[in-house]
Amino acid sequence: MLEILNVSKLFNPGTVDEKTALVGANLTMKPGDFVTVIGSNGAGKSTLMNIISGVMKPDAGAVKIDGQDVSALSEHGRSRWIGRVFQDPMAGTAPRMTIEENMAIAYTRDKSRGFSFGVTRAKRAIFKQELQRLGIGLENRLGAKVGLLSGGERQALSLLMATFTRPQILLLDEHTAALDPARAELITELTETIVRDMKLTTLMVTHNMEQAIRLGNRLIMMDKGRIILDVPEERKKDLTVEQLLGEFERISGKKLADDRIVLG
Amino acid sequence: MLTSLTGAVESGLLYALMALGVFITFRILDFPDLTVDGSFTTGAAIGAVMTVNGTAPWIAVLCAFAGGALAGTCTGLLHTKGKINGLLAGIIMMIALYSINLRILGKPNVSLRNMDNFFNNVSVMIVMIVIAVAVKLLIDLFFKTDIGLSLRATGDNARMIRSFGANTDVTTIFGVALSNALVATSGALVAHYQKFADNNMGIGMIVIGLASVIIGEAIFGARTIFRATLAVVLGSLVYRIIYALALRIEWLEASDMKLITAVIIIFALVVPSTRRLIKQKNIARKRTAEMLASLGKAPSGGGR
Repeated sequence: MLEILNVSKLFNPGTVDEKTALVGANLTMKPGDFVTVIGSNGAGKSTLMNIISGVMKPDAGAVKIDGQDVSALSEHGRSRWIGRVFQDPMAGTAPRMTIEENMAIAYTRDKSRGFSFGVTRAKRAIFKQELQRLGIGLENRLGAKVGLLSGGERQALSLLMATFTRPQILLLDEHTAALDPARAELITELTETIVRDMKLTTLMVTHNMEQAIRLGNRLIMMDKGRIILDVPEERKKDLTVEQLLGEFERISGKKLADDRIVLG
Repeated sequence: MLTSLTGAVESGLLYALMALGVFITFRILDFPDLTVDGSFTTGAAIGAVMTVNGTAPWIAVLCAFAGGALAGTCTGLLHTKGKINGLLAGIIMMIALYSINLRILGKPNVSLRNMDNFFNNVSVMIVMIVIAVAVKLLIDLFFKTDIGLSLRATGDNARMIRSFGANTDVTTIFGVALSNALVATSGALVAHYQKFADNNMGIGMIVIGLASVIIGEAIFGARTIFRATLAVVLGSLVYRIIYALALRIEWLEASDMKLITAVIIIFALVVPSTRRLIKQKNIARKRTAEMLASLGKAPSGGGR
């Protein structure tokens, strides 16, 4: 479903600030795979996300979705296949627009936009039904401006908007990191349900070790622009946080340095 | 007094189209577009010259619309593809248009006296009410379409709308083009109304447009697109009425109008924000007093 082939990326090439973000990274995901990504600071996790979504172009290597090489496509050109939730709860929604207008924008992610009305009676019924999934009552506030919602509510809405049109790939970029523990738990649960119900191929970056082990069927660990560990489903089931940290030390020869690490 | 009031309302309606254009860039796209000063004159020049050369006035006005759209497209391209700062892109186009407008006009001003006119044999008031209301409603409808929604999202959260597959370069260019098309149309209609086009008639237009938007929002509110566009049209009327009243003050001259406009806009900007600040301060003071009072009642610790 998603193939990352030999992808490399340098930041500020040729200057004193030159930094290797990714070196020859390879990753292949089968349809329905739910891969969690952990790693130290500057391991290249966010760069990987940005390269898959097209925000950045790799210096070398290719990205394939469904066997098709999308490396040359811009971000908006590939978003018909990709749903994305950002870390910042404010980033995934338009605050001055209403909930139903935001849903209408998400609804047309994989369609071309014309001069037909964004919100119609038929679409409103769909939006209502989808919003009920979240179980936080947003379906009764279709006309409310999104800017009035709390951070947790906005992130739940972002998650729904990124997923309800069933994208081929779902990218979650530390999407619970900016929320308080209770909200983070809610979003984590919603993520689990939505990904399972819709059978989405998902790549999730997280700083929460416990979450990385609990969610998904595969876990990868990154360091210095490389994928240094790939834990398949069978081994992941019995993995503990201590084992994971030990594994990291063994391979990379240092302790996992992550400012925002949450052990669970 | 009554004639000057009628005149003020007529002008208000004529300039309302320009104000709606400014509203689209400033409020919807969050793009401070200064092309307006140039494209207003472009519209007037096209509208006047084509009419002088024998084209039907309504066709001339439509061509002005297209001319404005072209000017806006250039500004949009400079900003998105040329990566030039938005303010600067507008200023560059404004300057470029100054020369282009002179080329179109052929001389500093063109008279439309004794020519075929858009407002021949019709009531300016009625025609302009119809046009202003129709344009306002069309804009309202447009911003409810899929394209309109992606345009609004571009000004609201560009990162988000890109992740949902909209090309924000295209939406920005489209919005700036639409805005300047309206501005140029307004220019053409004003030229027909005052029966001449002048190469300097667009100077300060952006400030007048902004004044209309801000006055309208301050008085009538802008919670929905419908309300906001209504506020812009009414704001344009209010601005013209204030303008007419100011002109009746003896010691003020017509040449002082730009200064008066600046003062009006400063008032419209400062008064609402100051009022909000004072209100917040009062609430804070009250709440603190309440909290202190409840603290005083609670048994104090440490006293033996």
